[in-house]
Amino acid sequence: MLSYAIFSGITLGGMYALVAMGLTLQYGVSRIMNLAYGELVIVASFIAFIFMTTLGINPIVGLLIIIPLSFALNWIIYRILLTPLVARAKNRGMLEVDSILATFGLLFIVQGVLLVWFGGNYYSYDFMNGAVNVFGAAIAANRLVALGFAIVIGLGFYLILTKTRIGTALRAVAVDPTSARLVAIDVNFASCFAFALGGAMAAVGGVLVSMFLTFSTSMGVVFTMKALIVVIMGGVGNLLGALIAGLILGVAESLVATYVDPGLTIAVTYVIFLLVLLIKPSGLFGRASS
Amino acid sequence: MQISAKLRIATIAAATTALMSTATLFGANAQETYRIGYAISKTGPGAPGAATSTTPNYEMWVKEINDAGGLKVGGKQIPIEVVEYDDRSSSEEAVRAIERLINQDKVDFILSPWGTGMNLAVAPILDRAGYAHLAGTAVTDKAPQLAKRWKNSYWLLGTGEQYAVEMAEFLKGLKEAGKINDKVAMIAVADGFGIELSKAGRKALEDRDFDLVYDKTYPLGSQDLATIVNEIKSLGADTFVAFSYPPGTLGLTEQSRVLGFNPKIFYAGVGTAFPLYKNRFGDNAQGVVSLGGASEDDPKIADYIARHVAFADREPDRWASIVNWASLQSLQQAIERAGSTDREAINAELAKGGFDTILGTYKPGDQTFWQVGQWQDGKFVGVAPTSMEGAHELVFPKPEWKAAQ
Amino acid sequence: MSILKPDFIKPVGLGAVIFAALAFLPNFVDNYYMSLAISVVSFAVLATAWSMFSGPTRYISLATVVFFGIGAYTVAVLGEHMAFPLVLICAALAGTVIAVLVGFSTLRLAGVYFVIFTFGLTELVRQVVSWYEVNVTREMGRYVFLDITQNDIYWQLLALFAILLLTGFILARSRLGFALRIIGEDETVAKHCGIDVTRVKVALFVLSAVFMTLTGAIMAPRWTYIDPVIAFNPMLSFQVVIMALLGGPRRLLGPLLGVIPLTLLFEVLTASFPNHFSILLGCVFMVIVYLLPGGVIGLYEKYRAPKKRTLSPPDGNNTTPKSEEKAA
Repeated sequence: MLSYAIFSGITLGGMYALVAMGLTLQYGVSRIMNLAYGELVIVASFIAFIFMTTLGINPIVGLLIIIPLSFALNWIIYRILLTPLVARAKNRGMLEVDSILATFGLLFIVQGVLLVWFGGNYYSYDFMNGAVNVFGAAIAANRLVALGFAIVIGLGFYLILTKTRIGTALRAVAVDPTSARLVAIDVNFASCFAFALGGAMAAVGGVLVSMFLTFSTSMGVVFTMKALIVVIMGGVGNLLGALIAGLILGVAESLVATYVDPGLTIAVTYVIFLLVLLIKPSGLFGRASS
Repeated sequence: MQISAKLRIATIAAATTALMSTATLFGANAQETYRIGYAISKTGPGAPGAATSTTPNYEMWVKEINDAGGLKVGGKQIPIEVVEYDDRSSSEEAVRAIERLINQDKVDFILSPWGTGMNLAVAPILDRAGYAHLAGTAVTDKAPQLAKRWKNSYWLLGTGEQYAVEMAEFLKGLKEAGKINDKVAMIAVADGFGIELSKAGRKALEDRDFDLVYDKTYPLGSQDLATIVNEIKSLGADTFVAFSYPPGTLGLTEQSRVLGFNPKIFYAGVGTAFPLYKNRFGDNAQGVVSLGGASEDDPKIADYIARHVAFADREPDRWASIVNWASLQSLQQAIERAGSTDREAINAELAKGGFDTILGTYKPGDQTFWQVGQWQDGKFVGVAPTSMEGAHELVFPKPEWKAAQ
Repeated sequence: MSILKPDFIKPVGLGAVIFAALAFLPNFVDNYYMSLAISVVSFAVLATAWSMFSGPTRYISLATVVFFGIGAYTVAVLGEHMAFPLVLICAALAGTVIAVLVGFSTLRLAGVYFVIFTFGLTELVRQVVSWYEVNVTREMGRYVFLDITQNDIYWQLLALFAILLLTGFILARSRLGFALRIIGEDETVAKHCGIDVTRVKVALFVLSAVFMTLTGAIMAPRWTYIDPVIAFNPMLSFQVVIMALLGGPRRLLGPLLGVIPLTLLFEVLTASFPNHFSILLGCVFMVIVYLLPGGVIGLYEKYRAPKKRTLSPPDGNNTTPKSEEKAA
């Protein structure tokens, strides 16, 4: 029982991390508090649904199209919608308020468009639902795939951010955009790149999640909130932190469901989150900042 | 500078158009149409339910009547005109939308919103203004009191208790026949519906000497129920009962299949009778039991399903949709029987009942319809109450889950 | 900073006259306009109360609905057991207790951490209430059958709003208000002046929470049925923030300038475009962010020399009937 609880908790946590990692880039590096994040996740889910049901393309293969597409889309969103806000913001606080308002508007637009196209119904499809035995626990294959993606993206981008030049540039922008400019880093480009990359990660999350969750046009907010919690808990801008925070939440939910009461699973994530914030406000792996 | 000035003009222009279109919507029309209004959750948490059980029926009903030339009222044919709003799944919005329909749009009849909360929020307003209220998607234990409290309100889906009791009675029959053991594992969604049914179910099962080996709830919105299924699997219950909502229903079914949990009776909640369920699980839906059901052999029901598919491009659900449709048929006949668009006359006709509907001769608020249904060969048929005409024999035990691709 | 008599009496007197006049609104309009008026006044209370704390401290709180929901739930639990005024007092007490607890534990968080914390709090409270109802009372939805009419609700809200404005008005002229302004300018300076920053913030947080709680309690009888999803709907918190920010949270009547146009705009959009409401609402937000960066009050200050604050109350209130006619 214990091993099953832990393992299914890890797959659950992998999903949380997967959905959150794009947001941590968007917020950490580009400084955009993107409330429309979950809508972008859902858009990818719907595209995967169409690929699977009408075009007969398997969603994993579909990623080859969806990733560049969402990268471009988010690039455009940043260039057209967010650059003016960044330019006029005098400080980080102003940009935060402006980006919350603007992306809140974006949330409604995306949701409205989805609603016109897909209606309010629930959607779900059947893909890679076969059971796989892992250490004696039966887990659906699609969940393992999602977990695998989360680990690869989390570790891979952690290495890229810490070991490569472009990664260092991105981190420099995250720490202090003004000083980054002084050492010849194109801050605007770096922010835009990080935002688009984050958007592409959101799309990957959306595609993978659609394989095992039932979704509808009004569910984007759920993902945004889950992602925000993971991002804040793991430390803003820290992909590895997001991965670990996601796993902690997943395992905690699973253990509470098994040993305490499944009715408290959502409550427990918020309790953990609020405790982390109170004890270490910058998150588990965040730098102490002003 | 120039751009922003242009944008500003565009905004003003858009706002003006909006105001003018409202003006034409509200003014101009004399009484040559019958005005029907409704406010329903097009967005927010209630949207999927509304889009499944309610909106397509309303739209199809209006279209069918208008295509036929309109309602036959006193020798004349009057087409229906619709005023619709989105309550955004908020009680406050629902209240205001209904006030708008009554006072601004002055509609002749108001169709019910979706869900227990919304229906209860608007009920007192409809009652005060003298409108009948055919609440097609509210399950509440207070249904009988509410019907008394608001004279013209009809609580078509009845109380949670009746579903739970009928299910327990049916299980008792199986237990006495020696087909299942006395162990039942029960899980419910922590929402009004789940709690009402599990409360009634707990009592009904214990009264019939069942042993509840598992009795917990899960939070609304949670779809990851694998740990629950895993625990239940080890408890040796022949009967699994879930008073769940659609995302949970699908999640539970999926995870039971992955874990190879094969109880003899697999009872899942709202969403099982949705076409989504059949599309998602295909042959694996065979033998799954839930609330609701349809006499699919009845040509009237088969015809309704076929028309629904043609209209909305998908099947109706086999529970609330059917009751909703029967209530709409009743409404049409009440108007035609009254022979006028006078609201009181129509209300009086509604109260009399005796309408010819897909549920047979129907009186709104009358709850003789299927309480327990089962997927059998791609159809969701009624199995209990067993005394009802056309009751199918239960497929027993539920076939084992087949592995997915 | 002494209270100058004419400076105090004139605006308060004017306000009293306006509120007295508004109390007669039910005599002139039908139920629909009353429900619209209730919507305007309830948001006015919420947004003004929100700004009372968030304006000077610059904390963006998404906990509005926590207190609103607690108020509504108090009525659902106690409504049939005691007189309504007593229920309101209980609601205010409940709101105070929660606000003190939350205030002392969270106000050391800054910026976006506070935003997310308050949002998390909403979810947590909703989950805990659900769990309690499921496991202890075994009753999920609660029925509120009280003989309180729409007009009663309107009058109560109006009175609450009047008290709130008066409180804010007095506050701005008191020592506490002065301390707040210093905190708003620079917290470090405030500390050096010997101001107990935390206590001032908590006091303000509690004050604003009490008004939110009472709004929830007053509104509850309107819905007949209350469950955690209905009572703790996070959209409400967002709406309040947007309205207050649009109006301008740093002036007492600023939020009102956001509440009136937005409530009416939502109404027109809902009524005219039921199927495209979200898209249009999103576009409106964009327009506000890009074209009105300082909020309505910023616009007002830009085009008019900052004369006297007493000019805005008649302006703010007179727009109500006019725009209402347009909405029809």
